[in-house]
This record gives sequence, C-alpha cells and structure tokens, in this order.
Amino acid sequence: MTTAVRESPGGNAKLNLIGLDKSDYKGRPSTLCSGCGHDSISSQIIAVSWELSLKPHQVIKTSGIGCSSKSPAYFLNRSHGFNTLHGRMPSVTTGAMLANRDLLAIGVSGDGDTGSIGLGQFKHLIRRNVPMVYIIENNGVYGLTKGQFSATADKGQKLKYAGINELPPIDLALEALIAGAGFVARSFAGDAKQVRELLKAAMSYHGTAVLDIISPCVTFNNHEESTKSYAHGKAHEERLHDISFVEKQEEIVIDYEPGTVRTVKMHNGPTIQLRKLHNDYDPTSRATATSLLEDAQTNQEFITGLIYINESRPTLPELLHIVDTPLANLTDESLRPSAENLAKIMADFD
Amino acid sequence: MTVLDTRPEIQSGDFGGREVVNDFSIVIATVNGSGSQTANTTLIRAIFKMGIPVNGKNIFPSNISGLPTWYTIRVNKDGYTARRETTEILVAFNPQTAEADLESLNEGGACFYPEDQVFQNKRPDVVYYPLPVKQMVKESGADVKLRDYVANMVYVGALMELLQVNPEKIKGALVKHFNGKMKPVELNFGVVSKSAEWVRANLTKQDPYRVEAMNATDGKIMIEGNTAAGLGAIFGGVGVVAWYPITPSTSLVDAINDYLPELRTDPETGKLTCAVVQAEDELAAIGIVLGAGWGGTRAMTATSGPGISLMTEFTGLGYFAEVPGVIWDIMRMGPSTGLPTRVAQGDVMKAYYLGHGDTKNICLLPGNMAECFEFGTTAFDLAERLQTPVFVLSDLDLGMNYWMTEPFNYPEKPLDRGKVLSETDLAKLGTFARYEDVDGDGIGYRTIPGNKHPAAAYFTRGTGHNPQAGYSERPDDWEDNLHRLARKHDTARTIVPKPVIQKRDGAKVGVIAYGSVDPSIMEAGDILARDNNLPTDYMRLRALPLGQEVSQFIAEHERVYVVELNYDGQMHKLLQLHTPEYATRLRSIAHCDGLPLTARFVCDAILSRENS
Repeated sequence: MTTAVRESPGGNAKLNLIGLDKSDYKGRPSTLCSGCGHDSISSQIIAVSWELSLKPHQVIKTSGIGCSSKSPAYFLNRSHGFNTLHGRMPSVTTGAMLANRDLLAIGVSGDGDTGSIGLGQFKHLIRRNVPMVYIIENNGVYGLTKGQFSATADKGQKLKYAGINELPPIDLALEALIAGAGFVARSFAGDAKQVRELLKAAMSYHGTAVLDIISPCVTFNNHEESTKSYAHGKAHEERLHDISFVEKQEEIVIDYEPGTVRTVKMHNGPTIQLRKLHNDYDPTSRATATSLLEDAQTNQEFITGLIYINESRPTLPELLHIVDTPLANLTDESLRPSAENLAKIMADFD
Repeated sequence: MTVLDTRPEIQSGDFGGREVVNDFSIVIATVNGSGSQTANTTLIRAIFKMGIPVNGKNIFPSNISGLPTWYTIRVNKDGYTARRETTEILVAFNPQTAEADLESLNEGGACFYPEDQVFQNKRPDVVYYPLPVKQMVKESGADVKLRDYVANMVYVGALMELLQVNPEKIKGALVKHFNGKMKPVELNFGVVSKSAEWVRANLTKQDPYRVEAMNATDGKIMIEGNTAAGLGAIFGGVGVVAWYPITPSTSLVDAINDYLPELRTDPETGKLTCAVVQAEDELAAIGIVLGAGWGGTRAMTATSGPGISLMTEFTGLGYFAEVPGVIWDIMRMGPSTGLPTRVAQGDVMKAYYLGHGDTKNICLLPGNMAECFEFGTTAFDLAERLQTPVFVLSDLDLGMNYWMTEPFNYPEKPLDRGKVLSETDLAKLGTFARYEDVDGDGIGYRTIPGNKHPAAAYFTRGTGHNPQAGYSERPDDWEDNLHRLARKHDTARTIVPKPVIQKRDGAKVGVIAYGSVDPSIMEAGDILARDNNLPTDYMRLRALPLGQEVSQFIAEHERVYVVELNYDGQMHKLLQLHTPEYATRLRSIAHCDGLPLTARFVCDAILSRENS
C-alpha cells in the first residue's frame, strides 16, 4: 500500500506536506458515550493521518456492526467508508482491496464483531494476508446491545445484568498470531502516544496489521473489578518498550544509550525504534510472542506494545498474480477479450 | 480390416422391415465413478457430428463412486430433444438397477447388457443383445485401473454397430475428449472396434432403430451451460470472482479459471486482470463480491440453493446500500441439502425476495446456452446500472449437461458501468448526494473509492440514511428512500431481458415457463396443436421483476398454465401477485421429482386440466 508524503520538519505546523489541515481529516461528531475509548482511538487516527500526510482519497475505512463499528463515521470524512455487517468487515475489505490495491484500508471492529461472529472471517483474512490496518476496539462487552459479555471477557468478570462470566477469554492478539499475522500489537486507548506510534507502523506495514486496543466502555464495563476499565489499564499496563515510528527521510533526533534500542526496518523504508523498558523483547520471534501472550493470559497481565512483526509473507494481490493497475481502473479493452478470442474458443466446441 | 474399412449391410431382423431413423431415446444405466461419462459424451458427440439433433441428460448421484447413474440421450430429426419417460434403447450395465431399468423400455425396444447379467423378469416383448464384456476387457490388455473405463467402450461399440453410428465420428469424439492424446484414444477405440466386430459376427439386429447423417447441426456447437456462463462472465468484463465449491456451480468457476490465462493476461506484465478467490464460505464470498463492487470492479460469485440461504443478509445490504454484484445460482433440488445432483427451479421466490424487510432483487432466467453466455454480460451491466445485486437463476440441467447451440455472438455493446461520477464530473457539479434521485429513475449517482475530488467520499451503510448518505432515523428520510427504491425497481422492469413469446393462430390458452424446461414446452405445444386441437401461446420469461408484457400476455388469454420445476408453483404465485385481477386465470403446473421435464408430462397436465 502507498502511504504518505513525508512530513518535513519546520514549515507551517498547521498544514501537512500536502497542504491539509487537521480538520481535513476529521469526521462527523461522535454519537458515542462521552469518555468512550473508541473516541480516543478515532482522535489518534485523525492525528496520525494528518502527521503522515495521507491522501484522504487513497484511504478507505470499513467496519462491522457495533459501537466501535460506528466510529469510522467520526474520522476521515474525505475518505470513502463502508459500515458493513456484524462480523463481516474482513470479506468486504478483501473485496475492496482487490478492486483497488493502491488504497490504504483501515478496518475497525470490536471484540464481539471479531471475537464471536467474525472469528472465521478474521482468521481467513489474516491467512490471506490482505493488506490493511485491522483495529479491534476491545472492551470485553457488547455495548450497542446494552451489556452482554463478549468472548474476550476475562473469567470471573461481572456485568450488571449479565452476571458473572464463567468462560475463559479468547485472546485476539494470540488468535491473530496463530492465524499467521505478521504484525500483532496490543495497546490501550488510555495510552495515546503508543496508539499513535503503533498506528503509524501499522499503516506502513506490508500485509495485515492487527491492533488489539483495549478501549474501555464507560457505560457497561468501566467499573472497579473490570479488567477492561481505564483504572485497571492505567494501573496494570506493562509496556514492552517505548515505540517511535521513524519515517524514511526523518533524522533520528533522539539519542538512545547503546544497547537499549532495537530497530525494526520496514519493507518500504521506515523504521520502528523500540526502546526497552525492562527486558529486551524481540518482536521478530514468533515463539517468543506466542509464549508472551499465553503467559500474559495465565497471569492476567496487561502487556502492550509491538508484540510481533514479520514482513516476509506475500500479500493477497501478490499471491493472486494480478496486475498492479487497480482492477477498478481497467478499461473495457483490458476487461473484455476480443471477437477473435471468442471465435477461436467457439471453434473448440464444434 | 478394421471396422472403419467395412460398412456392412444392415441385417434385417424381426421388425417387419419398418425402420425408425433419427427418432428414439437411449438410456444408459451404469455405476457412477466407472468412467461412463467418457463413453456417453463420446456417443452424443458422434451423433451430433453426424448432423443429427441430440441432447443428453446426466442423472447422477450425490456420490463419488458406486451408486447408480443414468445417461439419457434423445435423438430427434425434428429437433425435439427434451427427455422422455420411456426409451427405445436401454444399456443395462448396472446389475443393481437392471430389473427396474428393463421396465422403462418400450415394447419392441432393445436391451444391451453384459452377458453374465441375469434378468429375473425377462420381458418377451423386447429384444436382447448380450455382450461379452469381461472377455473383451481382458483381451484389450488394459491396465487393471482402466478396466471399468474400457468396459463401457463395449457398449459404445455395440451401439455404434447396431445403430449405425459413424465410426469416424466416434473416433473423432474420443480424440476430442482425450485432447489429442492418441494412446488412450487407441486403447478405447480399440475396444469399440472389437466390440462392433463381435456384434457384427455374432448378433442379428432385431430392432428398427438407427441413425442417419443429416445436416441439422451444421455450424452449431455443443457446450455445457456452466462453461457458457463462465465464458460469458469473462467476456462481460469480470474483475473479481469469489466463490465456495458446491454442486452444481463449481464447474462455472472451473471454466473461468481455465480460460483466464488465455483471455485475461495482461500482455505487458503477464499478470491477470481478474482475481479469483476461493473463500472460506458463502458469506465471505458474497462479502468479497460486494466489497469489490463497491470498490469499482465487476464482481461475481456462483453457488446453489444452500449458498443462497447463507447470502441472505449480505443481499439485503447490497439491496439497501445499493452496491452492485452478480450471483449465479445454479439451482438444484431443495429444501435443505435436498438432492444435490438433481434439477429444480425452487429458488425463484427466495432469490427475488432475498433479504429481511421489503427486499426485491433482479433475477435473470437463462433458458439456453446462448443466454447463459449473454447474461454473463447482461448481469454485470444491470448490476452496475441499477446499483444492486443481480441473481442469474440457471439450473443443474442447463449447467451440467451438453446442449446444442449456435456459436455465441460477440457482445458488441460497450460495458455499461452505470452512473459513476468522475473527478471531472464532480469538478463541474461541486457536490453530489449519493442517494438523490436526480433523474427520476430512482437511481442515484455513485463515486468510486480513489476518486481524488474532495467531495467524492461518502459513507455506505445498511442503516437508515438520507440522500446525502448521512445516518438518519427520520421517518421522512426512511420512507422517501423506500419510495425511491421502489421507483428503481420499476425502472428495472423496463430494462431487464424481455420475455420471448411464441404465438399460434386461434390460441386462447397460454403457457408461461422459464429456464431449462423450454424444450419440453416447445414439444408439448406442437403436440397439443397437432394432435389435440389445442393451440397454445407460449411466453418464456427471462427476468424478474415482471413487466408490462407479462400483464398483457395474461390479459389476452382465458387460461394461462404456469409450468415449473418446484413444488409450490413459485413463479405462478409471483405472476398472481403481479396481476391480481387475473389471478384465477393463472393455473399452476408444478412438477418436482428432480428429473428434467418431458413433453408428455406437460401435455397430460394441460389436457387433464382443460378437460375437467
């Protein structure tokens, strides 16, 4: 996917490299509850799109059904959007990407939309490595239908009307990893900077980039005992590293102590700088990532950061061996074979 | 000397010198998985290449190997090629069904069978041709794995000899089947020849049936409906195919995959200009189709009844959010898993109304090979013009059997991409409202993602929306939108393929039908006019929604019989809804046993109702 024109240092701070203001990247006013985690994520999407000087017409936004799936209306008004069906955003996005492989797709889903009804399509989208940014806005609850448990709710969680959850949670970051995702990250709507850096990396990633972002539901699941509340997140978030996304041309301004930074080079130029906080975590090892997530689940730890990255797999358009020109831009001549072709084939059946 | 060199005189046997030329049926009963398809297609091809009108129907089980299968061939000099209930020639090569098969043979008919097969009730009124199958297979020297296959060639040789099928045409058919690979051709034709020689030396022809070369098939081709449809889609500019395997639609996508390299490879890059994705299920398939259609390319899927059920929710989204897509439904017998390998026309009402709430979808009803090809383009043109999902309701009989046809006409009309606003258009307009009825036909203008103009983007959603595509729960926005969708559906009535009408002088009775039953209706119409003094007019529907021509046809007839292959008379009911003032004129003839319709059935059904 093609991304941005670079942001140059200096110049007019209000306009980005393509002359657009932050308001050019906004959407409609949100109708979500005041304080909703999803609104925070939408703000970061707006900020990052402006920062990277994305061309709005080259971005599409898709979603399923649910509170989180409403959010694409609240960012990037100048990008085409498609609010699809519950659990079915992956297939529609796949189709759109095949029609025009030059577009950057941002797909927003929720833990119900992806973890229950959408689990099959989620797995197969990743298996096909459809190039897109896949954001799960994860609050452990079905908000729009007013407070049922979702499949990511921890065991023992309580909800007002639904009671106690007795079933073990599905870990969508782990599911993504097992499905073959080459970019898996977990974050927290309350950690704005980390969300921004991860979004920038995801937008530059060549393949399906999955972000599982804990995004508290202030109305149904933000109480004290909730493991998906703001309070819990703030108290228990353990960042793997400090992340900085560095665009191709940018100079690395910050000096780190040698041995404290791991650099991941991305396929089309940018780098991700990971400054270790406690242990030196290697996000390029799938085995490490898998055991990290499994241990985190067992110990009920809230680990955030870039959990896994690997750009080696071909993307779906590459696998299907289709032309570089977006299929939607092909002319009649390319789409319809000639009369001579038909005559030749007819002769085979006579 | 080989059988090719000698052309003996026919031995006249006990049939009083009366010959029946080019007017009989053959039923070949074998065990599925034994390679009888090769033998049967060889026969039908050879007869076709002799210039004789012929059609074959494969009645096969939902099974890989071991269950009964029947191939029924109708040979008819006048071009009547619908199936018949009874037969003149029987090849009884399945001991499991041999007794029952013998009962379907007409008096004076001929039964070909392996000589070691014993009939409990050996009818005295038919003739028997026992064949030394085991011995000939052994003598052929064929590999153990190929023995079942070459065993079928024994009956090919026997039929070739006794019915006087041209051996050169048999060989030509084998060459075509094996794509010019001479080793299997020689092996199979060797058995054919040996069998023919043995028959000539050891049997006396006692039946009156034979073929004789004509020129009724000059210039024609033989093709399966699914291949025609696949080619039609390619020549219709398909860009994305997303599908899930199901009987009997799989071969449509197989055909697309077979032809894409030859027809849709970009000469500069060697890459394809069409993407084919085998999805994880039918929900994903239709989701990919709509995503691609929204994204500006021509997208389609192919499925059957159970897949259609799964596509309900997405169809509603396509209908309401107004996104183009094409769904080929190669109809098979339902309800439920039903009879996966039997023909039916049972998805008509479902497809038309597919989607909760007040959904109505465009449906095309191809009735022959040319329409399977043509609708490959028509479906896309209509989907993009009307900005909605379009169903093409073909069926198993059309899709999986060989039918004769004139070679397909090249689609000359440019692709109709519908009302799409470009950047230049928007620069002139300044703004646009996605769901505004600018032209009064109920169809708005859309933009495609990637359009650079700042005003191009809009939000597509299945929820209530206003003309600007903004989220709305307002009662007036909601109702206005429904009114506009109804206007769009009325526009569709005027642009979908029109019915084809055949008129007879003095006809007071009409017949309405659609799809693969056409040959049986045509034949029945001729029989009723000629033998029963009952001329009928016949209207063959080719699309839904129904239009003004249909109302007119019904108005002009005292009684109208609606003939179809489903249980509830689905089209009959749709016609009653369309012309409620004529509801009692419309009489349903609904037949649903899984077998292709016969003219005899149609005649009997109409006559019994007319006489009561």
